[in-house]
Amino acid sequence: MESFPVLLTILLAPVVAAVIMAFIPREEHMLIKCVAAAGTFVSMALSLYVYFAYDQSLGGLQFVQQVPWIKDLGVTFFLGVDGISLPMLLLTNLIGFSAVFASWNVNHRPRDFFILLCLLITGVMGTFVAQDLFIFLLFYEVVVIPIYILVIIWGSTKRVTKEYAGMKLTIYLLIGSAFLLVGVIALFMKTVAATGAPDMSFAGLARAARGLSDFDQIWLFALMLFGFGSLLSMWPFHSWSPDGYAGAPTAVSMIHAGVLKKIGGYGLIRIALYVLPVGAKFWAPVIAVLGVCGVAYAAMAALAQKDLKYIVGYSSVSHMGYVLLAVASLNVIGLNGAVANMFAHGIMAALFFSTIGFIYEKTHTRWIPDLGGLARQTPRLAVAFMLAAMASLGLPGLVSFVPEFTIFVASFKVYGGLAVVAIAGIIITALYALRAGANTLFGPPRPEYDSLKDIRGPELVPLAVLGTVLVVGGLLPFLIFDMVNSGIVPLMAEISGALKLGGSF
Amino acid sequence: MVEFALHHAWLVPLLPALAFVAIIFFTRPWPMLSALTAVAGIVGSFIVSALAAYGVFTNPAFKEEPLVYAVRWFSMPGLQIDVGVQLDPVSAMMIFMVSMVASLIFIYAIGYMKDDPGFSVFFSYVSLFAASMLLLAISSNLLEMFVAWELVGLCSYLLIGFYSHKIAAREAAKKAFITCRIADFGLLLGLLAMQIVFGTLNLVELSEKIANFEQYTTFGILTLIAVLVFIGPIGKSGQFPLHVWLPDAMEGPTPVSALIHAATMVVAGVYLVARTMFLFHEVPGAMELVAITGGFTALFAATIAITQREIKRILAYSTVSQIGYMMLALGVGSMTASLFHMWTHAFFKALMFLGAGSVLHALHHKADVWEMGGLIRKMPLTGWTFVIGGLAIAGIPPFAGFWSKDEILAVTLESGHYVLFVMAAFTAFLTAFYMWRLIFLTFFGEENPENHPHESPAVMTLPLVGLAILSTIGGLVGTPWAPYWSEWIFFGHPHHVEPNYWVMIGSVVLAAAGIYLAYQLYYVDKAKSRARALAQRYNHIYTILYNKYYIDEIYLWFNHTIVDGAAKLFYLFDIYVVDGIIVNGLGKLTCLLGEGIRVSNTGRLQNYALVFFLGVLAVVVLLAFTGPSAASLIVGGVK
Amino acid sequence: MLTTISLAHYMVLSALLFGIGLFGVLAKKNAIAVLICIELMLNAVNINLVAISKYLTPALFTGQLFAIFVITVAAAEVGVGLAIIIAIYRNRLSVNLDDFDWLKW
Repeated sequence: MESFPVLLTILLAPVVAAVIMAFIPREEHMLIKCVAAAGTFVSMALSLYVYFAYDQSLGGLQFVQQVPWIKDLGVTFFLGVDGISLPMLLLTNLIGFSAVFASWNVNHRPRDFFILLCLLITGVMGTFVAQDLFIFLLFYEVVVIPIYILVIIWGSTKRVTKEYAGMKLTIYLLIGSAFLLVGVIALFMKTVAATGAPDMSFAGLARAARGLSDFDQIWLFALMLFGFGSLLSMWPFHSWSPDGYAGAPTAVSMIHAGVLKKIGGYGLIRIALYVLPVGAKFWAPVIAVLGVCGVAYAAMAALAQKDLKYIVGYSSVSHMGYVLLAVASLNVIGLNGAVANMFAHGIMAALFFSTIGFIYEKTHTRWIPDLGGLARQTPRLAVAFMLAAMASLGLPGLVSFVPEFTIFVASFKVYGGLAVVAIAGIIITALYALRAGANTLFGPPRPEYDSLKDIRGPELVPLAVLGTVLVVGGLLPFLIFDMVNSGIVPLMAEISGALKLGGSF
Repeated sequence: MVEFALHHAWLVPLLPALAFVAIIFFTRPWPMLSALTAVAGIVGSFIVSALAAYGVFTNPAFKEEPLVYAVRWFSMPGLQIDVGVQLDPVSAMMIFMVSMVASLIFIYAIGYMKDDPGFSVFFSYVSLFAASMLLLAISSNLLEMFVAWELVGLCSYLLIGFYSHKIAAREAAKKAFITCRIADFGLLLGLLAMQIVFGTLNLVELSEKIANFEQYTTFGILTLIAVLVFIGPIGKSGQFPLHVWLPDAMEGPTPVSALIHAATMVVAGVYLVARTMFLFHEVPGAMELVAITGGFTALFAATIAITQREIKRILAYSTVSQIGYMMLALGVGSMTASLFHMWTHAFFKALMFLGAGSVLHALHHKADVWEMGGLIRKMPLTGWTFVIGGLAIAGIPPFAGFWSKDEILAVTLESGHYVLFVMAAFTAFLTAFYMWRLIFLTFFGEENPENHPHESPAVMTLPLVGLAILSTIGGLVGTPWAPYWSEWIFFGHPHHVEPNYWVMIGSVVLAAAGIYLAYQLYYVDKAKSRARALAQRYNHIYTILYNKYYIDEIYLWFNHTIVDGAAKLFYLFDIYVVDGIIVNGLGKLTCLLGEGIRVSNTGRLQNYALVFFLGVLAVVVLLAFTGPSAASLIVGGVK
Repeated sequence: MLTTISLAHYMVLSALLFGIGLFGVLAKKNAIAVLICIELMLNAVNINLVAISKYLTPALFTGQLFAIFVITVAAAEVGVGLAIIIAIYRNRLSVNLDDFDWLKW
């Protein structure tokens, strides 16, 4: 098994599925869906294998594949996973697989839909397994295009039109990535000038960046922070997120809120912090303040929403605020919490969006005042909704509690009163999550929904997959934390010198 | 057997949890099977707890050194959380009490919930609740306890909202969860602070570290932690000012009210404070806070209970008031008395709730006590067991409530809290009065011809009898002359309260006076004209009490006006400022720029050619008049 | 002194011719006139090429060769250009460049 290219297989399985789908006649809906499911299933199964086969005691990059690509730029096709990227890879595949089933009822041009979906999943996975900055950016740009097409063709128009939503989503992310690109190019030029040998791999850049002046680190980090931050919907660069999710089709909302956003957090930790620790130290208070603003602001805004997708959209902004706060704490506990919370939020948001997708599909509305009493008519849907809502408010025993707790420990230690504001967010979160649940699921059943069919068959897959992870991850948090920790500890060990001595700040 | 139970005490929460899983995934379609699974789970857990409790209470070594075993839950450098079991007299008593009361209530529920469409689901929820509650009792780690704490809150939420199609139930459930959530915010902050200051949340380690903690190094931090931690119990145990959810929680099925909102979950706050007594003990200020909160709540809730009309609501306020007693006892430093009252209260309050459930069952959920009357003739078992409960809560010897309440009064007096003592004593009078008002109105007097009551089936009355027996003799474990209780359940050193005959006599006299007053107003006076006249005469006070001091209204106003208003503001800000001005504004700006530049595109080739020519000319002129450096600047970075 | 014609003479002639052509391209309204003016400019370049080749590198014929290339390309270009103008004239009945601003925006 040593030589078997597992990561490449994981990466290519959805692409192969997409190619096969391209040759299937467009009327063969069932066949197309099965191929998509098979492709994503292969990826999911293999990434589960990788997750449990990864040797945590050894740590570092494993399952490495390296092919030199562009010598002059020092680019290698460098794949590998460590304790930080592996949870994200697993998350992508869990959500990708569920997303296929959440869109099981797409009957408008399903072939195009599932081809794009598979490409999207591949793109997202690629960003997590790439260990070379160039490859990372390449995959990141691959992601943007399918999303735009998916939103404007299969999206839904509510408060904003789907065209507006798609446009906003795409342009916002492209602006973010443009700044990121400037930062990356500048970083590359600077490191080449410093060392003479071009190297685009994360580790190589990090080594070379040790020689940069504090000032360089600081402004380079600012560019990256803007790029990754807007992807992570960092307040005040968040407004693409609620509108985008509301306009997007279910599967895209799931993948976008579930994993794509996490590329921002992942990049912030794995790239920006790792390569530019001094810059990170300089900007940490700013990140913390923006994170806390995001938590409180988005939670309050979510409270005023009446559209289910908007609630979850704002809620995801709010949860990402916790991730930012954790990153800003710059210690092992906080970073552990940040990565684990990204995983937890991914699972929870995906389940939430898939549930809302089903509710919308069946009732043709997401407007809370038009809903109510669904628990009687569609009990399984209600279970999924409540699971997601409870995870969202950080109920112990579900996956998001322990990550939030660790984040609170880390940030309370470092930021004190600021963290208290963020922690108070759990009250507001409970308020909007429960209100949404109560007004959608409980209360007198409405006669117009009496004939609704509960989710069944393939529609149950998202609940089964994501729900299981939600509960298992909550009851056995060490499954996630041991993995994350094996990635965070070496990373922190490498940059701790810079964090402590970091210039005159 | 006993050794096995001691070393496998994790079975205690696990068995009901397994029952929960089994019901959800397997037995749901068959209601009776589900009920049996649930009962099997809780009875199994009762057996294990009873054996474990036997093991603990026969071995004095447990007084000094608890039995702890734990496994790692998750860890990282600087933070390790273990989950495990801590067996000592307090937790052994708690799991024994909880599993015993829960077993009886589970059996009762088979009768009460019969024919309910959600029968299986109900038993799965209560099993989950029992698992969480037992986990809470047995936890060796405060975070583990917090997990269980939230899980019982979840079960409470699910069960209050069990009749989810009723808007009242839905709202009550939400209210309960949110109110407790607000309190848990404080508790969570307290836990975080402890984790940060002491680096552990393990109960045993914490107790050692806090005992050796130098208060002056970080001045006031302990006080802060203690106050923060106490916010949690204020919410969960329905203390003022977060008591509002508990009376509303009566929307749930009655067995739930008995189990969760009387006997077990709501006393979790008391239990938590008792568990962290090593912290509170160090901070006199926090102890005062606990005592005052408890004493005030006891009186406050009792005054409300006097005027309420719904049977379960009266009991709910009574619960709030009784938990106030327990808090008071904790605050004046007697964990012994507090947990003793918790023990007896679990029996008589569960008994009365189940009795009320039996009444509601018979009257098809007509809840107003003024529309009942004379039920004791048709429902003798329910009625007489209820009377026993009434005697117990009023504090008439030798029923259980007398011993515990008397001890609380005695320790309060002994600790020198005279104001609180007077409040507590007056509360004892009020308690006897409102409870017997309830009893006279419900069970005695003339029958209401509209009602057609009937005695409940044996599956419901047998638990009543069981609880009635416990309510009668349950207090004998801790009489002043035979203080077994205080030998085992204590903090620091066992403390025997000397029998204080004055307090004893006084409390009995007060209780008797309360009962007598109720007897005069609601039994002797058939028309209740004097009671009505009193209400008429003190109309203002009556209205305020009847409306629960308008606290619910204030909270509602705050929630709907302030919180929702702020939310609306944030949202509008988001739409119109962040999105409207900044994001879409930037978009508009780009469009405008495009519009401006567009004008230069005339579409005439000759214009373009002219511009092109001028450009070439400019470059040539520049090249001609400046050196090669400028040229390289224009042409590009080629060296 | 008047008998010798130096490189400068050729270059001045070429420059004048180029200038006239450029003016015509920029100012003429008639498309055919513009086309003719472009030819003028090309021929100005040809003169330059041949003259410079003749004077600076008499042994080589690079300039001459290049000029022939230019003439070839110019012929092709005129062919295409005239074809376009005729096509436009057929549609629009005009060869006035002021009427042709469809590439606007």
